[in-house]
Amino acid sequence: MNDALGEPQSVLVLGGTSEIALETVKALPRARIGRVVLAGRPSPARDEAVAGLTAIGIAGVTAVDFDAKDTGTHAELINSIFDAGDIDITLLAFGILGNQDDAESDPDHAIDVATTNYTGAVSVGLRVAHRLKAQGHGSLVVFSSVAGDRARRSNYVYGSTKAGLDAFAQGLGDALHGSGAHVLVVRPGMVRTKMSAGLKEAPMTTNPDVVAGIVVGALRKGKETVYAPGPLRFVMAALKTLPRPIFRKLPN
Amino acid sequence: MSTVSPLRSTGDEQLLTGWGRTCPSMARVREPRDTADIEQAIAEVGSRGLLARGLGRSYGDAAQSGGATVLDMTGVSSIDLDANAGTLTAGAGASLDDILRRIVPAGFFVPVTPGTRMVTVGGAIAADVHGKNHHVDGTFGSHVLRLGLVGSTGERHELSPTGSKREQEDFWSTVGGMGLTGVITDATVDLIPITSSLISVDTERAPDLDSVMASMIAGDDRYRYSVAWIDSVHPSGRGVITRGDHADLSQLPADQRSSALTYRAKVVGTAPPFIPGRLLNKFTVRAFNEAWFRKAPQRRTDELQPIAEFFHPLDFVQEWNRVYGSGGFVQYQFVVPDSASEVVGAALRTLQRVGAPSFLTVLKRFGAANPGPLSFPQPGWTLAADVPARVPGLGRALDQLDELVASAGGRLYLAKDSRQSPDMLDRTYPRLAEWQAIRDRMDPAGLFTSDLARRLSL
Repeated sequence: MNDALGEPQSVLVLGGTSEIALETVKALPRARIGRVVLAGRPSPARDEAVAGLTAIGIAGVTAVDFDAKDTGTHAELINSIFDAGDIDITLLAFGILGNQDDAESDPDHAIDVATTNYTGAVSVGLRVAHRLKAQGHGSLVVFSSVAGDRARRSNYVYGSTKAGLDAFAQGLGDALHGSGAHVLVVRPGMVRTKMSAGLKEAPMTTNPDVVAGIVVGALRKGKETVYAPGPLRFVMAALKTLPRPIFRKLPN
Repeated sequence: MSTVSPLRSTGDEQLLTGWGRTCPSMARVREPRDTADIEQAIAEVGSRGLLARGLGRSYGDAAQSGGATVLDMTGVSSIDLDANAGTLTAGAGASLDDILRRIVPAGFFVPVTPGTRMVTVGGAIAADVHGKNHHVDGTFGSHVLRLGLVGSTGERHELSPTGSKREQEDFWSTVGGMGLTGVITDATVDLIPITSSLISVDTERAPDLDSVMASMIAGDDRYRYSVAWIDSVHPSGRGVITRGDHADLSQLPADQRSSALTYRAKVVGTAPPFIPGRLLNKFTVRAFNEAWFRKAPQRRTDELQPIAEFFHPLDFVQEWNRVYGSGGFVQYQFVVPDSASEVVGAALRTLQRVGAPSFLTVLKRFGAANPGPLSFPQPGWTLAADVPARVPGLGRALDQLDELVASAGGRLYLAKDSRQSPDMLDRTYPRLAEWQAIRDRMDPAGLFTSDLARRLSL
């Protein structure tokens, strides 16, 4: 478990190739880390992630197969990971952006986004939550998005999955309140990653390492919700109050 | 179909921390009254195991175990004094506080007391605590004549340092075993006969660390009790040495002799629950230390002090650990052999460099070690310093100090530890494997565990 100076010993990344999650692992204090499990589909990117973390001196980095949509496998996977030892920090970091036009013309694509981002997260989030409660300590970091704060015409399928995920994570945090375990909901704005590559940059777009720094700081302080960058909190609060006729006219 | 229960509280859960108030974890707490209750708890244990807890005075994560059953032993608190034999048999949950109230008026003192009397007999054995008389009398465990232990089979058995070889092994692995060999139910310890409840104290102010240490080397042998407070924020490492012995009745003024064994241990107040985290900073601590140093006389001999004032100054304020604020604190305590006495100065300089405001810094000379494989004390110097956990750069600084301590053949005190690495433990407790082999024989299923044990792969 975390020691008195907040040094974790073990980390689980669900979505083991997520750039933001990997930056977060790198930003954690690493003097006591002895186990990092990167859960994701087998891929060269996952191998690179293991090698990359190992190369900078993080101990005990391994990969396990995990498919967010294959919910039937989640119970066994999560249990086997926690049976091998307590997990101090779990990063729930998988998700796909999808394509709004494709989703509208092919609902199967929308289902794919929804299953991965929401159903998969609910499945794995609850299973992790049970294990955190059973071990009496630990943090679950759920990567939501400002896209879930208010649905936009240009990406409402993705936004709706994040809105659902965000509500789920908040409720899960309340369910675990007082259990020794803790849920942190992270709402990044646009982040320069492979997911957003090729998209027009929104205002306040940031980099994965900046989000990582904010996550690690929020974990240290025991926060429950954090925006990245921080001032997005106020931007989103303002946007949420806009009447829809005006909101619709905003540039996407 | 549900395979697990909902995420609801079961009602018996408590968030537990050590005295340093860092890294809490949730456990199911039960309050046994007797051995039968303990045996029942073991029979009903869940997959996360079980741990006994006393008054929670270990600083780190020794007396907590996330998800486990934690037995609050304070209800197992019988106290039986055998004045003829000069021994005490007490339940594991009996506190030294309660014991002193009973035995001092009868003319006895506990063989060893740490800097607080708010510890239980079971905790004192599990951590093998030491006090100001270690250089003469050794640890608490050295005075245990027998103890009862409920092991992993759920049956209570007797252990003593004079039994069969295996019994001795089990005994000395339980002494200092941090509660990981079973649940101690009760113990019999020898007592120190006294004719007064006062301590005859000599106080000496020393202008720098070298003179503190020289004075202790030269003079400790003449006293049963000895300790030095060090002004850790002053570059000189100046300090105040207080040493003493139980005062004989004849040393008391005539008018006090009729009440010579009166025991008073008052509490002046309780620290308020909310204290700003920055209350302790280098300025307030510097001012406190200056006053504390000036308060001590240059040299004073044969001052008569009550037991509580001499042994337990911190107990005058209940819950004093709150002064460090919500971030909590760590206590760094190491021992190094005499040949590495320079590590003491290096440690003080390191703490000064990171700006750690520590006002409770205590230096002491240890005597001989006992046979316990995990017992902390060994001959040499031990330094203990409190540091707020939120001091920036503390982790790295303490890791560097660990390196110095380990290289010097020293080690850290598990009852204080909340942050050392498993490697550090492996390197510095050379008999760890021996202890683990005995523990594995005593508890093959790994029933008894703690957050400390998991953190350090004990």
